[in-house]
This record gives sequence, C-alpha cells and structure tokens, in this order.
Amino acid sequence: MNSENTPTRKTLWGLAVVAVLVYALVPVVWIISLSLKTPESIGDGSFLPTHWTFSNYSAVFNTNFFPPALRNSIGIALITTVLALCFASAAAYAITRLDFPGKTLILAGALAVTMFPAISIVGGLYNVWRNIGLFDTWPGLILPYLSFSLPLCIYILSAFFREIPWDLEKAAQMDGATPMQAFRRVILPLAMPGVFTAGILAFIAAWNDFLFANVLTTSNAARTAPVAMAYFTGASQFQQPAGAIAAGAVVVTVPILIMVLIFQRRIVSGLTAGAVKG
Amino acid sequence: MADIVLDNVVKRYPDGFEAVKDLNLTIGDGEFMILVGPSGCGKSTALNMIAGLEDISAGELRIGGKVVNRVAPRDRDIAMVFQSYALYPHMTVADNMGFALKLKKVPKPDIDRKVQEAADILDLTEHLARKPANLSGGQRQRVAMGRAIVRDPSAFLMDEPLSNLDAKLRVQMRAQVARIQRRFNTTTVYVTHDQTEAMTLGDRVAVMLSGLLQQVGSPMELYNNPANLFVAGFIGSPGMNFMPATLTNGSVHLPMADVTIPEEVRARLGRQPEGRRVICGIRPEDFEDATKVDGEARSHGATFKAKLDLVEAMGAEYYAHFGIKGQMVQSEELDDLRQDAGGVEELTESGEHVLVARLSPESRARSGDEAELWLDATKMHFFDEQSGEALTFAR
Repeated sequence: MNSENTPTRKTLWGLAVVAVLVYALVPVVWIISLSLKTPESIGDGSFLPTHWTFSNYSAVFNTNFFPPALRNSIGIALITTVLALCFASAAAYAITRLDFPGKTLILAGALAVTMFPAISIVGGLYNVWRNIGLFDTWPGLILPYLSFSLPLCIYILSAFFREIPWDLEKAAQMDGATPMQAFRRVILPLAMPGVFTAGILAFIAAWNDFLFANVLTTSNAARTAPVAMAYFTGASQFQQPAGAIAAGAVVVTVPILIMVLIFQRRIVSGLTAGAVKG
Repeated sequence: MADIVLDNVVKRYPDGFEAVKDLNLTIGDGEFMILVGPSGCGKSTALNMIAGLEDISAGELRIGGKVVNRVAPRDRDIAMVFQSYALYPHMTVADNMGFALKLKKVPKPDIDRKVQEAADILDLTEHLARKPANLSGGQRQRVAMGRAIVRDPSAFLMDEPLSNLDAKLRVQMRAQVARIQRRFNTTTVYVTHDQTEAMTLGDRVAVMLSGLLQQVGSPMELYNNPANLFVAGFIGSPGMNFMPATLTNGSVHLPMADVTIPEEVRARLGRQPEGRRVICGIRPEDFEDATKVDGEARSHGATFKAKLDLVEAMGAEYYAHFGIKGQMVQSEELDDLRQDAGGVEELTESGEHVLVARLSPESRARSGDEAELWLDATKMHFFDEQSGEALTFAR
C-alpha cells in the first residue's frame, strides 16, 4: 500500500501529533509556570501563574549550595563526556578495524557492565571510595559515570566506524598518513555524527544521575545539581520550597537543552557531509 | 621514477590459501604494466602488496632497487587510485588532492599551485571548492587521479579505476589515463579484469589466473602468440574459438573440415605423433565469408559450409554464429574462461557448440543461411589437451 495524503489522513496525523506534544509538554509548562508563581499563589490550582515573579530564581541562586552544585554538575558531566568519547572512540576503532582474540568478549563484557543495576554497586562503592579518598570528589563521580557511559559509547561509535569504508583509511595511508593521522583527519571527522550522538547520551546520563551523586558526595566539593535540589526542602521554615525546586528544575534543564540543540545541528550536518557513495 | 621488481613474491593467508604464488615480474622505469585476470586471480592482492597494504609472505619486493618488504605504505612514495575512488567525503576537491602534500608539510602556496596544475590537466578547475558528494562519477574518478598525480610519486598503482564508470565514460577515461601516464612517464601498475583495457592501455600485460602468472608480454604478443589456452581465450573479444582437433600427417582434422597445416605453423608445432588429439583455437577474425576471399588467400586456408545460426550486424563487421558437430573439448582452463564469461556456454537450438566468425560487412550472410566460410590456416593455434600449453607458442 502506498501512503496517500487524503485530508482525513492528514487530520488524523495532525491530531496524533498534537496529542503527543500535549502529553510531552504539559509537565514542562507546568513546572515552568510553578517556578514563576509567588509562594502565596503556589497552591491556588490555576495552571498559569496569576502573579508573575522571578523571585524563585533569585532565591535559588542566592543559596550557598546551588551555584557550586551547578558548577560541579557541568564540570563532572563535561569531563565524563570528553573522557568517554576519547576512550570509546579508540576502543570502538580497535574493535571494528583490528582482528584480535577476545574481541567479541570485550563487546559482550562492555554490554554486561551496563546491565548491572547501579543500586547494587553503590553501597560497596561508598565504602571503597571512603577508604581510598575518592569520596566527595569529582573523580569519585566521574569514574562510575564513565564505566556506565563507555559501553554505550563504544557500541554507538563502533556502529559508525563500521560504516566508513576501509578504502578511505588505505587511501590515507598511501597519502602518507600515520595511523594516528589517518584516524584523526579522515576517520574521526566522518564518524562525527556518531561522536555527537554518543556525547549527548553520555552527558545526559552523567547530568541526570541522582543515585551516585547522592551517595558518594557530602559537601559543595562534589555535590551535583540534582542532589542539591533536594536540599531546598526546609531551606526556609516559612516558605513552601515547591517554587524554588521548580525553579531549580528549570535551571537544571537549560544546559541539557543547549547541549542537545548544539549537537543536534552537528549531527544533521555531519550526516549530510558523510553521505557520499564510496 | 623507479622500477618495481617482484622476486618470487608469495601471498599466503593464515588459512593456508595462496592468493599469489611465486610471482616474478619486473616493471621497468616509466613502464605501464597491466595486471589482468578474472576475479580472484590474485591481481589485486599483488597490487596491494606493492602498495604495502598487504604483507608479503615470502619473496622480495624492490622499488627503485631498494627492498621494501617491511616499509610502511606511507614511506614507499607510491600513489594509488582505488576502485571506489576512496575520496575523503568531508574535504573539498582541492583538499582531497592536496592532502598528501599537506601531510608532507609542503608550504601552502606550493600545494595550491600543484593542485591547480593537476586540476587544469584533469579539467577540474571549477570544481575545486566542491565536496565529492556533489560530483558525478566521472568527476570523482578524475579527483582520484588528481590525488595521485599531485604528489608526483615514483609509481602509480591503479586498482580497477574505471570499473565504476558507465561504458561510454570508461572509454573516454581510458584514453585520459593513457595520456596522463604518457605525460608524466611514471611507472604504473594497473589492475583490471577487462581485457579491452589491458589491450589498449598497457606497454606490457601480465595475465594471471588463480595466483599464477600465465604470460607477460606486449598486448600484441599476447594476442598473436598466447602461451596457453587461458591467455588465448582471455585476450580478445569476442574470444577465441576452441574446438577438438586431431593432427594427422601434415593436416589437421577439425569438426567442420580437414585443413592442411601451412609450413609456418608446422615449423612452430614441431614433430607431432600421428593422430594426436589437441585443441585448436581460431580467432573470429580469422574466419571470412568465402566469397570475399581471393584465390591467393584461399591457398593458405580452407573453406567449409556452415549453417549460420545467428548473424549480428555491428556496422563495421558481422558476427556469424554457427554450430559444430561432435563432442566439445574439456579443459580446466576452458572452465575458468567460461566462469569468467558468466558461466554460460552458447549452444545452437539443436544443442551444437557455437563458433563465432567475424565477417566483412560486404558479406550478404543472414541468420539461417547456409554459407560457405573460409578459415585462415596460418592463424591456427594448437594447445595440449591436458596442460593447455600452446603447442604453436613461438619462444
């Protein structure tokens, strides 16, 4: 059957799209609206704020723990992403290009790591980290994040490397490139869409994590934003913290939004640049 | 500029399969050498070994007098044109062509000048800023050529560079490749499975089959004096006709006629035992419509009657297909040839084996006619039934 664009079909599609959009966006709009309400009107039941205020946002940034937490989050997530991409691209390249014993075992092992429930290792990690001094430090969070994002990155990147014709690499070799030059100047630019895809996923995973960050940190030294938001509760005796939490949630969402928007554009341009028949 | 010498070169894979067996080949400085053969004959493997993209299992490879078995591809000063072109999709045409120079840290103005020169030769000047994705197949092929010539290497290696082009463009580019090679006079090794390219391009042609070198020589040497059945059948289009034959005293019994063997062929054939069964090969152009052959020519040939199964008019020539009675010859090399031709054997409606004769366009022969044909006995080739060696091979 070929798809005909009859008016009924179009209307149905339109309705479906609207339904999905409403389903996806109502909570977002809701939390934004909540963050813009005054403390008095927070429980008034109206969907849009009756009195607009930015006081929640200034309150969030005037705490002594949220700005450092935001800094920690950005730093830890970025370092995790960069490290994950470096290691994963090297590993994925080796897996796709070289024939060495235990290749499938490595891939299977990587997949097995992601299947571990984080909750089952976090307790042990707490004790180990306290003993070796990684507790409440950036590396203490980057390490577990890396171990969970690496397998995924390796999987995504090896899929992209596989698509790049081997002839290109041979051509680079003939042109006088060392293996490193061939990788950096020919293979990697072509795998950029994959690199960005993997990068986004690694960043989001590190950014959104609550469990590790909650257990493995205790102070402003390494506490990340999702955990810090929990501390709004009871920050003031006389104030409902819901408005501040909503404002914090919006603030925490913004970097991810920016990240995705930037990378999304690169993904699209990367795909078209690579679209050449060998 | 350099010569390339393959000295007993062997490629053996870990599973024991030998893709190239004991290859000896000397490619002179500035020579255009063609490696030709059906797919899987080891020609591309041989090329990759020269390039350094595949290890050499045994033997020695010398480029410009130096043994390069263990030298990395990037240090061999060789440029390669790939069948897939292998253009870098994320670079412009100019960057593609200048990539090797950039890696060599050649100053930017020099790179620009060299790229410009190459682009002029290849008619790519207005495409320099474009990406490969926006080029046609022929343009991509020229960029791949440009990438090679910009470097001014000591040798060009080309791995079926024209096989992705359509037929018309291939003929054009074939001429351009020949012109470029003559212009730069760079040692060139060119791999192809197309015998037409091999015939038209090469100074010399090396025919390979199952990893073994069959014969090396100029195109006309291979054509006129093939060393064995395979070379005889592979070179030339349409291919040589093969038929069973029995040698008797001074003449040969062919399925369609008894033919007196001319003195010159007999001299090459030497003394043969009476009644020896051999394979006779005659090229399509060594047949003719008997009415178009004058008396002098008739004296060194034989005429016979044949029912023309099919006549193809090509304009400048006619291809007449006719059947011959009796058992067809069996030979391993003929099987290889048949496989290369697509694995089908042409048969007439009544199941006879088909020979093809090239007739002059003045011939009035039509499909279904009973025609009198003439064959040039001086152009007969004889091959051993078992080994396929040419008995008429002039050393």
